Amino acid sequence: MRTYIVKRSLLFIPTLLIVTMVIFGILRVVPGDPAMMILGGEDAEDDYSEQQLADLRAKLGTDKPIHVQYFVWIGKMLRGDFGISFFYEGDMVLDDIKERVPVTLELGLMSLFLASIVAIPLGVISAMKQDTIGDYVTRVITIMGIALPNFWVAIMTIFFLVLFFNWAPPLAYVPPWEDPWVNFQQLIFPAIALGTSNMAFIARITRSAMLEVLHEDYIRTARAKGLGEKVVISRHALRNALLPVITLTGYEFGRLISGTVIIEVIFLVPGMGRLLITSIFHRDFPMIQGTIVLIALVVLVLNLLLDLTYAWVNPRIRYS
Amino acid sequence: MAEEQRAPGDLAEQGAITALPERPIFVLPPKRTFRNHLVFFITKKPLGAFGAAVAILLMVTAVFAPVIANHDPYETVVANIYAAPLTENFFGADRLGRDVYSRLIYGARISLYVGILSSFIGCTIGMAVGVASVRFGGVTDLIVQRFIDAMIAFPTLILAIAIMAALGGSLNNVVIALSIVYIPSTARIMRAQFLAINEMDYILAGRAIGAGDWRIMWKHMIPNAFALYLVIVTFHLGGAIIAEASLSFLGVGVPIDVPSWGGMLSGAASQYVALAPWLAVFPGVAIALVVFSWNVLGDALRDVLDPRLKGTN
Repeated sequence: MRTYIVKRSLLFIPTLLIVTMVIFGILRVVPGDPAMMILGGEDAEDDYSEQQLADLRAKLGTDKPIHVQYFVWIGKMLRGDFGISFFYEGDMVLDDIKERVPVTLELGLMSLFLASIVAIPLGVISAMKQDTIGDYVTRVITIMGIALPNFWVAIMTIFFLVLFFNWAPPLAYVPPWEDPWVNFQQLIFPAIALGTSNMAFIARITRSAMLEVLHEDYIRTARAKGLGEKVVISRHALRNALLPVITLTGYEFGRLISGTVIIEVIFLVPGMGRLLITSIFHRDFPMIQGTIVLIALVVLVLNLLLDLTYAWVNPRIRYS
Repeated sequence: MAEEQRAPGDLAEQGAITALPERPIFVLPPKRTFRNHLVFFITKKPLGAFGAAVAILLMVTAVFAPVIANHDPYETVVANIYAAPLTENFFGADRLGRDVYSRLIYGARISLYVGILSSFIGCTIGMAVGVASVRFGGVTDLIVQRFIDAMIAFPTLILAIAIMAALGGSLNNVVIALSIVYIPSTARIMRAQFLAINEMDYILAGRAIGAGDWRIMWKHMIPNAFALYLVIVTFHLGGAIIAEASLSFLGVGVPIDVPSWGGMLSGAASQYVALAPWLAVFPGVAIALVVFSWNVLGDALRDVLDPRLKGTN
């Protein structure tokens, strides 16, 4: 196990370096000079002197060769300095991101929780009653859940909420420590809209994991020794089927983040996703870089932890 | 089962071997014509056949869009602003008085263009990376795999958004962004398949008669993984349609005046959904139906082309 941990963790470092290179590379092929864009204003018409341009370039660090810029950027990030926002002048990128992370996290966890409590029973029932009408209905619902774009689900959610409850997305976000009940009311509908595709995904893998487990010898043994169906399902089958469900859901964390971007934009939730999109419209590159690097970092760390957990639970992986 | 296996011996003992059996002993398999394949597919995989039908319908719509649409999708008619459905405009009109039905029909072109091109380009490059990574092995494989690890760490949509931020919004840039996004995941899946193929005896045999790496990759490895390639292309096609819609919806995809399904849902459609629900309902239904169809088609293709993959997704 120790060699596996060392091996797996060592792979983490080059991967992280490549992640930063990719992001840096992508955002540096941008046509145009950020300094010119800032000075030129919205319509690139504002006047500015050569001296102003040179000063701003020096301040942003874009006057140096690209590989120097990269190492300066990396070095600063290691010290927790993600740069200064182009748009929100004077704001440190990391401070802005820090403010948004808890919101996205709350929304994501809430939707994951809601999705699981619906999806797992659905998947179990679908597997138990394989090839019956109920199974087909569940399967069609799950494929639909994956096919429905979540921004459309969100729009339709708002439509029905306005229609029946006269509810509209709130303009000001209230953090849970100020008023948990108002916060819950604000986030519950975005969480539901976000959860549909995750619900479909979890139900689908629960079903296939359950089907696999139900054909195992120990299930037959459990039945043969006279255990009731409830006990066989809950204690023998589900417990073994849940492991792949939990890890696969963990690996899908990236999809959850992709989803929050859209949901946050529609429901006006001030999370990381909305920050990313507004930064793109403002061409605020330090903010875009910071947000994306942070998201990728979280995904990488999560994958590392999941791999280690998986190896710890399932020794066969360690020796392969 | 057991009885059938014993049958010839028993018959011989009873002296009945000369009697004609009730059923023919050997039935010729049905001719492998296209029609038989089609009937087999439709009866065994009705859902997949439905998916194929919708996919074909989508292609027909895209190709014959000027014939099927009854308005110019770009034409703004002030009198028709927010017109309700079933008036002069089948599906109503949007905030500029443009016909929703015609924009929907032309939107099929955008969806299909992005879907087909990006999934083919992305998956083909992904397959090339996968086969080279396996065949050349060693350090090449190690480096390529680290790159893939890094690319996979980005959530698909986030990576696409980042690339769009750099390239700027246009139709072909969406294709480029989504192609790049699909390379790493395809390469990862194809690599697993190529690893198994690389251990096969026919690869060794090819090597023994002096075939070089290129010949082995091109003539032996790629053809044997082609079923998986087709399945991945189909799945990514549906995914690319959703991704294009998401990008356009967020305003970082195709330009807003271009009739794309995602773009139609953004702006007024989502803000005034209670007042003009037709603006949001029809494009959404179109996206959902098309993506659902490609997904079930992909499922069915996977089961038919490569039964080993059954239940892997």
